[in-house]
Amino acid sequence: MQEVKQKAIELLQSGKVQRVLGWKTGEFFYDLTPAVFETVEEIKKDFVFSPFCGANLSKYLIAESRKEGKIAAFLKPCDSYSFVQLLKEHRIVRENVHVVGVQCNGMCDIEAIKAQGVKGVTAVRQEGETLVCETLYGEKSVPYAAALSERCKTCKSKKIVLFDELLGENGEDDPDCGRFDLVSKLEAMTAEERFAFWQQELSRCIRCNACRNVCPACSCEKCVFDNDTLGTANKAAANSFEEQNFHIIRAFHVAGRCTDCGECSRVCPQHIPLHLLNRKFIKDTNELYGEYQAGADLETRPPLVDFTQDDCEPSVVYTRGGNGK
Amino acid sequence: MQVNGEFKPKIVAFCCNWCSYAGADLAGNNRLNYPAEVKIIRIPCSCRLNPMFILRAFQRGADGVILCGCHPGDCHYTTGNYYARRRMTLLFSMLDYLGIERERTRVEWVSAAEGAKFAATMNDFVQTVTKLGENRRLEDLRCKK
Repeated sequence: MQEVKQKAIELLQSGKVQRVLGWKTGEFFYDLTPAVFETVEEIKKDFVFSPFCGANLSKYLIAESRKEGKIAAFLKPCDSYSFVQLLKEHRIVRENVHVVGVQCNGMCDIEAIKAQGVKGVTAVRQEGETLVCETLYGEKSVPYAAALSERCKTCKSKKIVLFDELLGENGEDDPDCGRFDLVSKLEAMTAEERFAFWQQELSRCIRCNACRNVCPACSCEKCVFDNDTLGTANKAAANSFEEQNFHIIRAFHVAGRCTDCGECSRVCPQHIPLHLLNRKFIKDTNELYGEYQAGADLETRPPLVDFTQDDCEPSVVYTRGGNGK
Repeated sequence: MQVNGEFKPKIVAFCCNWCSYAGADLAGNNRLNYPAEVKIIRIPCSCRLNPMFILRAFQRGADGVILCGCHPGDCHYTTGNYYARRRMTLLFSMLDYLGIERERTRVEWVSAAEGAKFAATMNDFVQTVTKLGENRRLEDLRCKK
């Protein structure tokens, strides 16, 4: 973990880059936030790379790569998919970015650690397969796998798609990660059960727009939901339409471009499993239009801006998946 | 909507300007009956249909939404309906995933020469939606009278 910080200092000192995009501690030690560093002192003081560096840095490069000078960005495998997807959409000025790939063992979630019965955590470090937590009550260890955040339990890939230099070793993607298991489970329910499930989840939405703001695919300069006259900005007290509308459209707008980095669910203050909506679209496009992973390369056409003459008809929905009603 | 104790669904039909809208015209010229509950909205091409249009229609009281366009391969703009086909497939699948009755939405390809098909499609769709009853799962109480 020190290696990453060292690299950041090295890059700045060598003059290769003028700024470094990384993480620094937010309100709590487990609450890491993306930050741009301009001096070695700043890095020495604030730069952190720990098992809580879940934040995807790619979206910040849209604005940062347009500024003067070169910026170094530390990208985890998930971030690198988003980075390539943004490059594909011509949102990032590639020449201004120096990508340092960092390998990731899966990122931890403080809630998962607390669920293991560990209280008052003040610091953590990874030792092989265990996560050692320093707490107010002395050292405790939990299995690393149990401390992982939800999205990292079904990690789709440890491959850093694109990088200028690499720290550690590059991994492989894992097609059998089982990330669609929950989607399949939902599909197998009856419509009433599914409706009840989503009603329960989506009714918690407080329309804070965190999922939209953090999403690397949601990078429009002007968003359809920022329209004051539309009523979408309101939290509907009457019933659930606006939540359904918001979440269907949010997921639809990133369909075929979502790399499944899971940031939406990570930042949701209400713990709504938003990635299940995105994964439904990914699963559908995979099944109906062929396997496609957004951000895996710069060439393949995304499924929604492509077609074939013998695509299935929309009526396929009446007979497909689930048990009908 | 209840009329004399009987449920009459509200149907919004989005019809593309070049085929289906003309198809509806032909149905009228030929005096073919289709239910008055169908309200037609003309759009330049089936791929003009923004998924939000569908959700908004439901919000404002529609019980069913149908999209009609040129047959694949016959699009006035060459490829519009191919894109619409993919989008609607995914959107309908998502609505189904959220537990909204899958029969409330439909896509049909109706050419300008298919007045009879237009009338038959609308009759059938209205029948289906009547059986389903009022749209409860995507309604917005703020929009109810």
